[in-house]
Amino acid sequence: MRKSFQILLALCVLALLAAAAFFLLRPGHMPNQKKVERSGETNASTQLITKGEYLARAGDCVACHTVPNGPVFAGGRAMATPFGNLYVPNITPDDDTGIGLWTPDEFYRMLHTGVSRDGTLLYPAMPFASYTQVTRADSDAIFAYLMSVTPVKQANRAHELRFPFNNRELLIGWRTLYFKQGEFQPDPAQSAEWNRGAYLVRGLGHCAMCHTAVNALGGSSESKAFEGGMIPNQNWYAPSLTSNREAGLGDWKISEIADLLQVGVSHRGTVYGPMAEVVYNSLQYMTDEDAKAMAVYLKALPQKDDSPPPTSQARLVDPEVMETGRNVYVAQCAMCHGAEGKGQPPSFPVLAGNRSITMATPVNPIRMVLNGGYPPGTYKNPRPHGMPPFSHILNDDEVAAVVTYIRVAWGNSGTPVNAAQVNDLRKLLPE
Amino acid sequence: MPDIAKPLAGALLLFCMATASGQPKQSHEAIPAFSKLDSIEARVQGCVTCHGQQGQGTANGYFPRIAGKPAGYLYNQLVGFRDGTRSYPPMNYLVAYLPDPYLKEMAQHFASLRPAFQPPEQPSASAATAERGRVLATLGDTAKGIPACIACHGKSLSGMEPGIPGLAGLRSTYIVGQLTRWRVGERRAADPDCMKRIATRLSDTDVAAVAAWLAQQTPPADASPEPSNLVRMPVACGSQR
Repeated sequence: MRKSFQILLALCVLALLAAAAFFLLRPGHMPNQKKVERSGETNASTQLITKGEYLARAGDCVACHTVPNGPVFAGGRAMATPFGNLYVPNITPDDDTGIGLWTPDEFYRMLHTGVSRDGTLLYPAMPFASYTQVTRADSDAIFAYLMSVTPVKQANRAHELRFPFNNRELLIGWRTLYFKQGEFQPDPAQSAEWNRGAYLVRGLGHCAMCHTAVNALGGSSESKAFEGGMIPNQNWYAPSLTSNREAGLGDWKISEIADLLQVGVSHRGTVYGPMAEVVYNSLQYMTDEDAKAMAVYLKALPQKDDSPPPTSQARLVDPEVMETGRNVYVAQCAMCHGAEGKGQPPSFPVLAGNRSITMATPVNPIRMVLNGGYPPGTYKNPRPHGMPPFSHILNDDEVAAVVTYIRVAWGNSGTPVNAAQVNDLRKLLPE
Repeated sequence: MPDIAKPLAGALLLFCMATASGQPKQSHEAIPAFSKLDSIEARVQGCVTCHGQQGQGTANGYFPRIAGKPAGYLYNQLVGFRDGTRSYPPMNYLVAYLPDPYLKEMAQHFASLRPAFQPPEQPSASAATAERGRVLATLGDTAKGIPACIACHGKSLSGMEPGIPGLAGLRSTYIVGQLTRWRVGERRAADPDCMKRIATRLSDTDVAAVAAWLAQQTPPADASPEPSNLVRMPVACGSQR
């Protein structure tokens, strides 16, 4: 009896041990990715790469470094410039044709100083004049992310720049005139939010590339920062962010600015054309906090109106033109934008008091009437309302009349436009 | 048509398209209008001045009717325009930054509509050309390896699910334009590209003849695309997979 009890005990112990061994040695579940992320237990390199991906979006690297519909970051996209075509390089981690052999130091030097791995000076189509503000830590994160994407073997294509711009030595002069190296320095007098916004707008966002006028040498002056300008070769006008007569944001609510950036539409205005691309590829991915920080910084930009408002003489409109414009407006536009130009924001933008309509350069409203447009489909507005083209319905005089009408009606402060201005833009392909 | 008349007619057409002028020639079906702001109808107002409120097409012969074409076909075209695999700058620009699900919704919207057809075009070609067009469309040309249009596009020319468009209601200018683009490689479809095989076997006169014949047909009132399982395709088409 005692012996059998001992055997039974031994068997029980063995069974327990076997159960324990089975429990401890069983094949584990696959780690649940989402759960791990949420609990913040990602390893350091995952965190770094995720951060780098976010920052690469803030910098909109993909917009230039990817051929539309082509392999991501493999380069090859032609950038038309007034000096000839540049072909954007491959920044995938391919050892032979990409940046696979670069080090974080070399990547930071390129971002910070505009000098490539082999010492070549970069053309300023690469916005290193903005990226120089990026911190070393953020540069390292972007580098880690780029190293993690699929390498693509695709040789870089040589630039096709006209003489003398094909001579990179000229860049030494350009850099002396227009390039100031230096990481972003927070302004202790401003809030953390303002500083975060300033860092994104002036650094990775490289907003100044379009919103600061570019001169004949492809340079822009710091004193004219964010004062607006024509975008070379795209023939859209990037409005001033500092003038209340253009896209100056002095009287916008913070939430309206953040919406415009992140959603693509707002109660005050809507993005189309090149800015739609920026929102689609970059800004829609910003966190609510970062979109708000950018809005806070942009709203705080000093407002300065160097040029006087148009004189009443300049605003005189031929009554016949006004009547034609009104007729076209009532027939074609009022359905969406309202008889009084109040629109149905954010679906159909307001025209009364909308400075995109009234600013001195009428390029954007003319292009919209000719070619129509859809705002970008974003996470917060995936099904935007769109505007149809009218270029095949309205002749130059009618487009000029209706654009004139919306620029001066309802107390709008714009000036008339003429048929020749319309005709110039009609000849361009929509883009 | 005499040889000199063709380019002349083309130039005249281009001229008319480029300088639509004077009083609005547009029917009201092509003017923006909708009843509810939060609706797909309001969201696709960006399409109506060229394709009409119901996708029925407009007086302008180059802009195609899109109503009632298979949703899969319309979606493929929208994605192609967005990604640049189909090139037509006004369309490439409009849909450049729109996500897939929204393009699908637009495609389904126009695929579901059955507006009335515009009156067919009047015959202008010689009897021989008209007969050549009829033969190509309904019988094909075995010697040249050209299947009949109706073999894939449906016996009432209303298309076939999921990827073959209806040809009913299209104007000859549009059909000539598309077949020509296919012949020169400017337009293409998913591999194997059946329309490329067919279009490159057509001569200039074949293209003109078949386009003229197709544009003269009166389709049934509410023609829908045929289901895909009724016929064996005479040539393999990537868009049907």
